[in-house]
Amino acid sequence: MGRPKTIVEKIWDQHVIHQEEGKPELIYIDLHLVHEVTSPQAFEGLRMKNRKVRRPDRTYATMDHNVPTLHRHIIKDQISKKQMDTLKENCDEFGIRLADINHPDQGIVHIIGPQLGLTQPGKTIVCGDSHTSTHGAFGALAFGIGTSEVEHVLATQSLWQATPKTLKVNVDGELGTGVTAKDLILAIIAKFGVRFGTGYVVEYTGEAIRKLSMEERMTICNMSIEAGARAGLISPDETTVEYLRGKRHVPKGEEFEAVAQEWLSLATDPGAEYDAAVEINASEIEPQVTWGTNPSQCVPVGAATPDPSVLEDAQEQDSIQRALDYMGLEPNQDIQSIPIEHVFIGSCTNSRISDLRKAAEIVKGGKVHEGVRAMVVPGSFSVKQQAEAEGLDTIFLTAGFEWREAGCSMCLAMNDDIVPPGERCASTSNRNFEGRQGNGARTHLVSPEMAAAAALEGSFVDVRKFGATVGG
Amino acid sequence: MEPIKQHTGLIYPLDRSNVDTDQIIPKQFLKRIERQGFGQFLFYNWRFNDDGSKRDDFSLNNPMYKDATVLVGGENFGCGSSREHAPWAIQDFGFKVVIATSFADIFYNNCFKNGILPIMLPRHEVNHLLERAKDEKVTLSVDLVNQQIKSDHGLVSAFDIQPYHKDMLLNGWDEISVTLNYADAIDQYETEKAK
Ligand code: SF4
Repeated sequence: MGRPKTIVEKIWDQHVIHQEEGKPELIYIDLHLVHEVTSPQAFEGLRMKNRKVRRPDRTYATMDHNVPTLHRHIIKDQISKKQMDTLKENCDEFGIRLADINHPDQGIVHIIGPQLGLTQPGKTIVCGDSHTSTHGAFGALAFGIGTSEVEHVLATQSLWQATPKTLKVNVDGELGTGVTAKDLILAIIAKFGVRFGTGYVVEYTGEAIRKLSMEERMTICNMSIEAGARAGLISPDETTVEYLRGKRHVPKGEEFEAVAQEWLSLATDPGAEYDAAVEINASEIEPQVTWGTNPSQCVPVGAATPDPSVLEDAQEQDSIQRALDYMGLEPNQDIQSIPIEHVFIGSCTNSRISDLRKAAEIVKGGKVHEGVRAMVVPGSFSVKQQAEAEGLDTIFLTAGFEWREAGCSMCLAMNDDIVPPGERCASTSNRNFEGRQGNGARTHLVSPEMAAAAALEGSFVDVRKFGATVGG
Repeated sequence: MEPIKQHTGLIYPLDRSNVDTDQIIPKQFLKRIERQGFGQFLFYNWRFNDDGSKRDDFSLNNPMYKDATVLVGGENFGCGSSREHAPWAIQDFGFKVVIATSFADIFYNNCFKNGILPIMLPRHEVNHLLERAKDEKVTLSVDLVNQQIKSDHGLVSAFDIQPYHKDMLLNGWDEISVTLNYADAIDQYETEKAK
């Protein structure tokens, strides 16, 4: 055996088509996921130059960003409708599989890839969406691209990319009761900042990561981009293999066993070197709540908002003050004193079946607090069906939650699911940017359990107070 | 794509860090299926009130910067989503060069596909430009061939850029045409490894 390699190096080496000194390398793309918002201009570009889609069989499209989550067959917004119709026409014209709004496989693009088994270890996966990093949970090299690159991949099934630098984020220890994968990734970003991953592919390693389920690993990898990293991944192990067994697009029988061995061999070799490394201990982490307008502006639920006046750097003071002003918060304000008006449980970060189960566990038997509007938006049609089969919809509806159809929904508020100006939302999504959930909307990122507890309490509350048995 | 070799233009200083793509172009404008016409929506929520009138508290509305073509920002410019609508809006508004202490990866890449030159400079130089351009008009000359910037009040600085990116901008290349020259290599890869 040669020099020990990281999983990133192994995947990279397998995908280089062309290399030459002083240039990025041309790498092959195994799977291209497409959605309605970032693709129309790419298809138009192909048409203008009379180009074809090179591998329609390696391309898969769905509708998620724009779709209504209520009365989905009456699309009031004509511009949204046009964008969805355009995707349908483009997929028909270029021969691409599409899970459209009426299709049983429809859902958020990063939820359905893994669910269908399209996402597999060792693959290179791209999508015109920055949360493509989610698929890294399987040990795939998956990253978001712009629309010009979408066009490039459609036409050539390849991309020019600089050899990635690798960053190891090692998480030892064990997550405490009531502390989730969402809290872990928020704590990582809070500790190291929104830029620490810029220019790197992150590999999450360590005891605490190994113990996570596949769905929890997806939550972690999903938010890699919030740390600046285009891709974040986790070496495949038995958990990965078991999750994929029986999924529609993976091989069956003996062939599966053979491919599973290949997957396992992709894991980073002991002693492999990274370009950089950081460490955090899972046992120190508490349930997190963001207070500001980027995901690193985040504190444990028992803490308070920061006080900019104690900082030395004027620019930093200014940006904290600006965030507090936008959020309508005071310095040193207790997180648990902040009342909320909206709760959103959904998005590609936290809308898988296990997220809904854990939220339902908290909600069961309770009532949504007066004045709070709470909604659950499952990540895919099939997650919704599964949840309904388990009676989770009844638990949410009885408590006063709205129960919606699958889509991105209030994560980015491109459809009708909008938080009004100045109002506050506890959200299980991944971005708390200004205006993300609606112009002037104030977003606090939390785990599904914390969101569920906030819905009942009407303000943030330590989920551990609810006697949660979740976490780890 | 139009090549860039040299550019001289007025600076617009945007002294904020972590300017994200949701600020550059809010999502309600992502529903269009065209590539043009996004400039009118640039920094929409910062530029306009709910009733569509201009906000006086946002400096881009200051007539002094009306003809600006060089956007100077802070740290981590363009973070957030992969939406290429962000560089489309910046370019369509009239900016040709964006200067910052650091950029988000996807945004940085997207710039080159759209004839925008992103330049990273050390913090003290960026701060110097931001400070100067706050109250007076500052003109900056950018020379991509020699990788140098010069301001009309005497700041001269060199910048780094990868040769591949530089060539793309200097020649105004359509990247797909370049890649199609490697069609044989892609065919061969597919025959061997990706049937
Ligand atoms: S759920 Fe949110 S973050 Fe995920 S793909 Fe949709 S809009 Fe993007």
